[in-house]
Amino acid sequence: MIRLPLSALIGLSFTTAYFAAALFAPLIAPYGMAEIVGESWEPSSSQFWLGTDSIGRDLLSRMIWGGRTTIFVATCATILSFGLGSILGFIAAVRGGWVDQVLSRLVDLMMSIPSLISALVVLSVMPVTLPILILVMGILDSTRVFRLARAVAVDIAVMDYVEAARLRGEKQTWIIFREILPNALSPLVAEMGLRFIFAVLFISTLSFLGLGVQPPMADWGGIVKENKEGIVYGIPAALIPAFAIATLAISVNLVADWVLNRTSSLKGGRGA
Amino acid sequence: MRDDVKPLLEIRDLVLEATSYPPGEPPKTVTLVQGVSVSVEKGKVLGLIGESGAGKSTIGLSSMAYGRGGVRITGGQVVVNGRDILKIGPGGLRKLRGKEVTYVAQSAAASFNPAKPLMEQVIETTLISGQMTKAQAEARAVDLFRQLGLPNPETIGKRFPHQVSGGQLQRVMTAMALCPKPDLVIFDEPTTALDVTTQIDVLAAIKRAIHETGVAALYITHDLAVVAQVADDIMVLRHGKTVEYGSVQQVIEEPREDYTRALVSVRSIDHAEKADAPALLSIRNVTARYKGTSFDVLKNVTVEVPAGQTLAIVGESGSGKSTLARVITGLLPASQGRITFDGRDLSSDLAGRSRDDLRELQMIYQMADVAMNPRQTVETIIGRPLEFYFGLQGEAKRKRVQELLDQIEMGRGFADRYPAELSGGQKQRVCIARALAAKPKLIICDEVTSALDPLVADGTLKLLLNLQAEEGVAYLFITHDLATVRAIADRIAVMFKGQVQRYGTKSDVLAPPFDAYTDLLLSSVPEMKLGWLEQVLETRRMEAAGN
Repeated sequence: MIRLPLSALIGLSFTTAYFAAALFAPLIAPYGMAEIVGESWEPSSSQFWLGTDSIGRDLLSRMIWGGRTTIFVATCATILSFGLGSILGFIAAVRGGWVDQVLSRLVDLMMSIPSLISALVVLSVMPVTLPILILVMGILDSTRVFRLARAVAVDIAVMDYVEAARLRGEKQTWIIFREILPNALSPLVAEMGLRFIFAVLFISTLSFLGLGVQPPMADWGGIVKENKEGIVYGIPAALIPAFAIATLAISVNLVADWVLNRTSSLKGGRGA
Repeated sequence: MRDDVKPLLEIRDLVLEATSYPPGEPPKTVTLVQGVSVSVEKGKVLGLIGESGAGKSTIGLSSMAYGRGGVRITGGQVVVNGRDILKIGPGGLRKLRGKEVTYVAQSAAASFNPAKPLMEQVIETTLISGQMTKAQAEARAVDLFRQLGLPNPETIGKRFPHQVSGGQLQRVMTAMALCPKPDLVIFDEPTTALDVTTQIDVLAAIKRAIHETGVAALYITHDLAVVAQVADDIMVLRHGKTVEYGSVQQVIEEPREDYTRALVSVRSIDHAEKADAPALLSIRNVTARYKGTSFDVLKNVTVEVPAGQTLAIVGESGSGKSTLARVITGLLPASQGRITFDGRDLSSDLAGRSRDDLRELQMIYQMADVAMNPRQTVETIIGRPLEFYFGLQGEAKRKRVQELLDQIEMGRGFADRYPAELSGGQKQRVCIARALAAKPKLIICDEVTSALDPLVADGTLKLLLNLQAEEGVAYLFITHDLATVRAIADRIAVMFKGQVQRYGTKSDVLAPPFDAYTDLLLSSVPEMKLGWLEQVLETRRMEAAGN
């Protein structure tokens, strides 16, 4: 049994709780996602633990269903951005020359436009469905991953063991997946924790602006949007998703930190 | 030790500890040095010698009451000029360091601030301690530059670190240490990173400066032949304990301990030259340059490696010997010339070579640490060529890996270790096994023993010789170390500035008459005897006068 440090334990339990809630939303949520069950903005009670929202839906159920959407979209987008960004980054580093130039300049070009603006432009002409959202977020975020993956891989690609693999006649896929990837994993994992949270924030921002997840589907950004008027009357409904985003962000990064600590020391080859 | 002279530095029962943090385990305390006692009188030089990890640098730094990277002094006394410096507190230490005791680091290039001219850095500590005015300090520095044989002593201080050579920088650093008129100087491997021909100059300069200024010195090195030239006493260390402590004469000529005897007799492998054999690899008129430069790193190089024999390429750093390896392996395509291997032409570019070309020509690197993927086990590392070239899988592969491990004399229990769990010598052996796994005809060995401790290097060379006898593999052995060459070569090529200066069988190359460069190179290799340095310098002076 591995001994967990306290911070990792806290991070792991919160993260697990959030993901479990997302996964088992139909079993956990007391009411349906769009079911109107009470008056608008009822305070919390034994019937509605977190009260109700602007049109009388149970806020706890909305939070659970919304977390499901938010976490699902963010996870898919992160996986997409990592798959795309790191593989292209590794290829750019290993091939060098014009391949590197073309890919890197293309990424520079994409990064020169603020990602929120490019997302808004794309989403205003495309039908806003979950796959499209994931695709747009994943591709935009992959530019950041590309930068990191390329920078890490360039350093690894000049190591003697990579040269030895080249001299052996190994194919590029072996060099990328067997020689470079295992050694680049630590910084990538750390980045992944961070990127996941950025994805959560991004989808929430888009929903808040009305271009993300469409009603009546719930998501955390959307809940803020629907309940923002309540703040004026001292109703905390809009703050609850904010609190959820913050705790999820911290707990995921605590886990990422722990994974990083476990894997980054090359001295103990067994750490991984 | 005579009773009437009070020692300048006296270390009694020194204990040094550090805390190590193995991942996934609770931190543990490691004892680095256990009960070492040292004493140095004014004007004397004590040599501390041992392999890496013996604790010699750590002991050296403890005489400034300094522990590098979390090393703690947990026991004993360090007495400098009659007071225990472990008890004088930070203020007292500040007065001691850089004034009474100074330090010369191994890598001068990494120890200078590249953004400041040399003079400013040389006199910095002297000015801080306030014992001289700026003008006085500069005058003293110029004096020291002259004493240390630096060119243009008046103006060299105006240069920046990148504008002088490595050997000169090391001498400037010595001047920096001597400038505040210290009582004790710690030299931490000051010549290890230098070429032999430079090393001899620096060594002579340091020795002269020590004598003329009358300071005491701790001279730390792993090379017994070097320390024999400068030290009065020698302490041999191993695993943080004293093995032997005596006068230089006694240690070199009548070593008492087995370990010291092994150190003294290191690199005396007897290797008889083999009879001539047909050429396996022949390089004809090869010229090469790096992309985007207009300078030929190799000029018209022609050498041959006979089948089953060893060609040693000798030269200083920058002579193009490693570039030659890159050209042969195809990493740097030659701009002119032909390379034939086993009777067939080798494509100059890596991409144009067949799988057999690649298999039969293997390479071993200088730094075994970075030549192995830290995330792969020994079995994966050695097993990959087996799988890649011969399609071995599963049990057959595992068996062959074990055979190879037996061949490199490592035995059971290593297959599932990671490189980080091996010692330096074991790492290099695994690299040898990886090369052997491909059943090559030629192995290029690029400085394979340079990063190893002398005894380990010796063992590695013996292993390579045994493997050559068993497998009939040829070596192209790149090295700067002539002792290694004597031990292993059948043929030698001496390289200088990208050209082959001298080439032939070992007995021919190492027999007079020499050309000027080979003579300089051969005579610069430190020998394990007293007074060798003076002898060489005397000979050179006579020759210079005769010309």
